[in-house]
Amino acid sequence: MSFKLSPRRWRDAPTSMAAIAVIAAIAALMVLLAPPAQAALRVLACEPEWGALAQVLGGAAVEVSVATNALQDPHQIQAKPSLIARTRNADLLVCTGAELEIGWLPLLLQAAPAKLQPGQPGHFMAADFVRKLDVPGQLDRAQGDVHAAGNPHIQTDPRRIAQVAAALSARLQQIDPAQAAVYAKAHAEFAQRWQQALLKWSAQAAPLKGLPVVSQHKAFVYLFDWLGLVEVAVLEPKPGVEPSASHLQSVLAGLKATPARMVLHAAYQDGRPAEWLSRQTGLPVVKLPFTVGGSDGAKDLFGLFDDTLARLLAAAAKP
Amino acid sequence: MHKLVTTALMWAVIAPWATISVAAEPDAALQQLRQDMAALRADYEARLQRLEQRLQAAEAVRAASVLSAPAPVLALPAMTAPTSAVSAPAPALPLSAAPPLNANAFNPAMSLILSGTYLHRSRLKGSAGVSGFRLPADADIGPGERGFNLGETELGLAASVDPAWRGATSLALHGDNSVSVEEAWVQTTALGGGVSIKLGRALSGIGTLNAQHAHTWDFIDNPLAYQALLGTQVRDDGLQLRWLAPLDQYLELGAELGRGLGFPAGNNSRNGAGQWALMGHTGGDVGDSHSWRAGLSVLNARAADLALQAQGASDSSVIDSFTGRTRVWVVDAVWKWAPNGNATRTNFKLQGEWLRSTRQGRLTASEAADGPTAPTTTAAATGWYLQGIYQFMPGWRVGLRSERLVPAAFDAAALGVGGLRPSKQTLVLEHNASEFSRLRLQIAQDRSRWGAAETQIGLQYQMSLGAHAAHGF
Repeated sequence: MSFKLSPRRWRDAPTSMAAIAVIAAIAALMVLLAPPAQAALRVLACEPEWGALAQVLGGAAVEVSVATNALQDPHQIQAKPSLIARTRNADLLVCTGAELEIGWLPLLLQAAPAKLQPGQPGHFMAADFVRKLDVPGQLDRAQGDVHAAGNPHIQTDPRRIAQVAAALSARLQQIDPAQAAVYAKAHAEFAQRWQQALLKWSAQAAPLKGLPVVSQHKAFVYLFDWLGLVEVAVLEPKPGVEPSASHLQSVLAGLKATPARMVLHAAYQDGRPAEWLSRQTGLPVVKLPFTVGGSDGAKDLFGLFDDTLARLLAAAAKP
Repeated sequence: MHKLVTTALMWAVIAPWATISVAAEPDAALQQLRQDMAALRADYEARLQRLEQRLQAAEAVRAASVLSAPAPVLALPAMTAPTSAVSAPAPALPLSAAPPLNANAFNPAMSLILSGTYLHRSRLKGSAGVSGFRLPADADIGPGERGFNLGETELGLAASVDPAWRGATSLALHGDNSVSVEEAWVQTTALGGGVSIKLGRALSGIGTLNAQHAHTWDFIDNPLAYQALLGTQVRDDGLQLRWLAPLDQYLELGAELGRGLGFPAGNNSRNGAGQWALMGHTGGDVGDSHSWRAGLSVLNARAADLALQAQGASDSSVIDSFTGRTRVWVVDAVWKWAPNGNATRTNFKLQGEWLRSTRQGRLTASEAADGPTAPTTTAAATGWYLQGIYQFMPGWRVGLRSERLVPAAFDAAALGVGGLRPSKQTLVLEHNASEFSRLRLQIAQDRSRWGAAETQIGLQYQMSLGAHAAHGF
């Protein structure tokens, strides 16, 4: 019995051989690059504040990587290659949620393992565990970049951070039961220190209660909710829309009727609109760290609020 | 007996007073009592706190276990640290609002892209096409129609199918009242190991630009190399396999098999695959401010009796029928810069691709289809583009694209355009009032057709409504 190969088959053979070789190479790579057995739980935090919290609550049992830094606008991140690779290798995703990461997290999740998908324990959204403010009654992009679930910048209120910490600790214990006692102990210690710090901050912040302020983006509603500051104007005409000259003029006119004491902007934002208003009105500009790493003082979560309060109090002390 | 009762009553009435008077006498006793009471109260408060904390922990665990079974065993005693208490109670369950209970609750996310252009072209004569290249007569080549044009209205729908699949489609409604299915695919979400499989019609993952929808391009039109060598954009009906390596360095490999829906394939009806592609991409960051992605791809397409039209030196066109295969190699690279990675204020993107297409097979003049079999010929053409886009202030971007093609010597000689190197320089200015709207002015000097250069001025709007668009790299 003999096989007769048609000339056509012969011509195709190199192509098929090449395809088989490539597939074999890919298979070999997949085996070679199989994930190594790793002891630490790999946590990918979308924002620095959650990275800091995960590190405090996980200690040596976790390996934390943070997707963004304090000088980046968390709304405007792109799903860059390094983030796709880090998401693929993570065991737990800790993000703000409330649509803050809506432009980029869905893309990262496309290539992510099933355990990180929404609804799974590895998908932790901090905003799910606190009461949110600024929940819009009406959803229309004519109102700017509104978030249906409410204002996502919850990390400016330490009371809400305490709530997130309790939920995150429970989640760590659920995902990594072998280390549950370590996580529980770390949370107990953190909660105690945080409670003491909260009492200290609340006492320090007493002079800020009722102070009228202007903010550049609606980024501080939770801070105001905690400290009792009153937001009398916002420099962005609509959330996420850059301050325009005409809107700044109307803010300036409005401030004559309802004067404010200071202008706030987050470290990641362009400070020029706030500085312009400061030149026009003489109001002090306060650049708040907004998250861990946003200023030299905000080295960790405690430093974040120490520094935030110090900056607010310094501005409030000015006549 | 009476005496006893009376005495008891007396004692009952007097006793409290007596106790007080006795206690009042030495001040220390009262102090002791107060301390005892305080200690008791502190003890109860501590116990209450401990109970509250255990309740919180239990609720948190319940919340976690509600989100996913099975419930883990928790080391509760460790949670009962006696003195810590958080002022605000931790909520047990995620506080998200309950979704509306109606039949529409599972509707897919919907998005709509609205766009339109006004195009001014300086050359009145000469049709579409790129001199020295053979392309299908119906290929979407060239800068577009003169005057006001409604662009593609792209309707996108996407949702999870079930825990294992998600699906999406995008339908293009064209200005001439026709509809085309741009993409319609389902993709696995739970295979694990970094592997995903896509079934259906999808844009091929070769190169950088190919996988991007028209409304995410940085210019009104695609580069000449894509138009002339890939028929503007490669999409195919078939399956796509992707594997993302478990490395800190981004490395994605892909393989695609399909029907060969359009040029350079011939929409073949045949057993097996009419087109396949392999691609690999890698990328990463350099510091906080720089990120990059680069890749190599190859596309292999078959065609049988595919009618190809070519523009010669004269305005007359030549139509030939092609049977054979076309292989296209693509080298692509993107580099992005933004100060501290914050692209909101200023950023810069440099992107370039180099393509080489080798067409191998028989080219038969249409009129002579029944004539003698033409000899097998090989024609290799190359093309590249390099573009830079700079956002100089929020909402404003300016860009420049430079590109060049080298036609296959065989085609150039056959069509009488030897020595021609089609090229184009394009300048664009863009205003994005928000993430969802874009206005664009584009000026181009086009030397892709035989004869004098053409100046093209285009104005375009692109708006998106509905579901939030993704920020791809």
